[in-house]
Amino acid sequence: MRLIARAIDWPFEALQRAFGAARMPYVFVAPNLAVFAIFVVAPMVMNVWYAVTGGTALMPGERPFVGLDNFQELLSCGNFLDVATCRQDRFWRAVGNTVWFVAFQVVGMVALSLLTALVLNRRIPLRGFFRAVFFYPVLLSPVVVALIWKWILQPDGLLNAGLVSAGLARQPFLLDPGWAFSWTVMVSIWAHMGFYTLILLAGLQAIPPDLYEAAEMDGTPVPRVFWRITLPLLMPNMLVVVVLGLIRAVQTFDEIFVLTGGGPGTATQYIVQYIYETAFANQIHILGLAAAASMLVGLVLLLLTLMQLAFSARAKQ
Amino acid sequence: MSNFLTRRRGKGRADITDWLSWLWLAIGVAVMFGPVLWLVLSSFKTQSALQEFPPGLLPMGQKLVMVQGFDKPLPVFAVPRPDGSTAERAMVRRIGLEGQMIDPAAPDKGVERVRIATATPVRELHFAFENYIEPLRNFNFGRYLTNSVFVTVVATAITLLINAMCAFALSKYQFRGRAGIFLFIVSTLMIPITVILVPAFLVVTGLGLGNSLWGVILPPAATPTGVFLLRQYMLTIPDELIDAARMDHASEWRVFWRIVLPLAAPALAVLAIFSVVWRWNDFLWPLIVLNREEVFTLQLGLAAFQGELNTQWHYLLAMTVVTLVPVTLVFAFLQKYITTGIASAGMK
Repeated sequence: MRLIARAIDWPFEALQRAFGAARMPYVFVAPNLAVFAIFVVAPMVMNVWYAVTGGTALMPGERPFVGLDNFQELLSCGNFLDVATCRQDRFWRAVGNTVWFVAFQVVGMVALSLLTALVLNRRIPLRGFFRAVFFYPVLLSPVVVALIWKWILQPDGLLNAGLVSAGLARQPFLLDPGWAFSWTVMVSIWAHMGFYTLILLAGLQAIPPDLYEAAEMDGTPVPRVFWRITLPLLMPNMLVVVVLGLIRAVQTFDEIFVLTGGGPGTATQYIVQYIYETAFANQIHILGLAAAASMLVGLVLLLLTLMQLAFSARAKQ
Repeated sequence: MSNFLTRRRGKGRADITDWLSWLWLAIGVAVMFGPVLWLVLSSFKTQSALQEFPPGLLPMGQKLVMVQGFDKPLPVFAVPRPDGSTAERAMVRRIGLEGQMIDPAAPDKGVERVRIATATPVRELHFAFENYIEPLRNFNFGRYLTNSVFVTVVATAITLLINAMCAFALSKYQFRGRAGIFLFIVSTLMIPITVILVPAFLVVTGLGLGNSLWGVILPPAATPTGVFLLRQYMLTIPDELIDAARMDHASEWRVFWRIVLPLAAPALAVLAIFSVVWRWNDFLWPLIVLNREEVFTLQLGLAAFQGELNTQWHYLLAMTVVTLVPVTLVFAFLQKYITTGIASAGMK
């Protein structure tokens, strides 16, 4: 054991002898920064090059410069009200699906999380247990989440058995575009709401109890207490939750990819799946188009992140 | 009791909001835990039991008995007797519409012939453990499992080490560029992998890490959240301890390794838990880096297996359970660390 410890110490002590103690902090940050530089920063820069070059070659040097052609290809439509007239109609379908998905998912998730946090904030027995129940799906992998629900939603699954025993007709939950879209929203809410519930619960618990006591002494009705005390004081947390929810919803991929594969047709194909398939899964790998699309997504995420920073700076005040 | 139930309006009986709260919690337990419970119960059903509609709640199978003189267990049927009662008989052989049955309690009494239509199979609780054993042995799931464990363990060790080294320098030294480096690291928090998929894949391929588990392990190892969390914690470690060690001629590395690291154990534990969950559950990045089946992780193996025609649900469900067991254990025993981690750093 001591020998191993010596073996770990030795190279770093040699480095200290070579550079001096004052330069050791640079040695300490080096590995982390190296990984960042190679796998995050360099790709960031290269993404721009991919977006302005064409062809199917992977090596950057072999790619011909095409200027803004990729963006033009993505964005040009004969008529912007009709997806079918766009040159990359799959891109626009994915964008449209993502917008609807994000809207429903975030609104539904924030509403349910808020309701759950309010309930968990009451003085109830077993609060820790209930909090854990709502949080548990957050830790499940997207593949597991998708398979759990795929099993329940299949034609001979539990839910259809419930419908049949209630005298109703079976529903093609994952085969009908409308149903499939709704289920991607619901499964996504199921998998992630526990996280947001936790943040909102922390916000609720930070509200000073004497405010409520004062309101009670004045005989303020409950709904008024909620609108005038709870909600305003929870606002900073609410905004963080909404923006964080938006950022993550825009990037939804894995669960849906395994649950529906983007189908039926393109009914549940979202923007990250478009990028993934354009770059890696389709027969021809159109890397430039994928990079351009990912830059557009990055732009949206950047705006959302700046919003979040502004909100959390305000919340700290 | 009602004082106990209500938070702010303690007077009197439980009112309507209390009932609604309890209703909400009850629905919550059913909706959040129910699907997972259903998965676990289903995973123990035999292939034929999975095809039943409507599905039964518990894994049931036809009762089998070993009878002297037969190599294989025989299926048991309830056979009506002339006097109106029923008796259990084991079927030896089936001939057309009739079955040759014997009394499992008295096999010497000889074979009787029973019309199959009149006999009903006797069912009992039966756990199909073969759903778990066969995919691990005959398909590649054993391999996937090893790969997943390797990625999770090695990646977590590397993450902890390099994040802790970086956090140590950022919290305990004054040096040129410190503020800039910290800002840089925190700002990379904002760059999701989805935005740099294409070039990140090129880098990994260019370094010869394509289709290698190291290509999955290294790129996400320098987590900004980890550096941030550890730095905040190390700032609370008193500098006097470090100065005292330097007086004793300890090298800077030893100060880090022997003094700061052990003291930062609580924060390291939180990061370790999160790293294990992140890595075990990771899907999109491995999906891009790994294309050959031998290097698949469990998540990829599951996704590929479910995409095949004629999904073999009995194996798939069992392997899904195997995949969720580690995070469930982590959750059951270390829940407190996870919730504090989220509260302090907003990690997920």
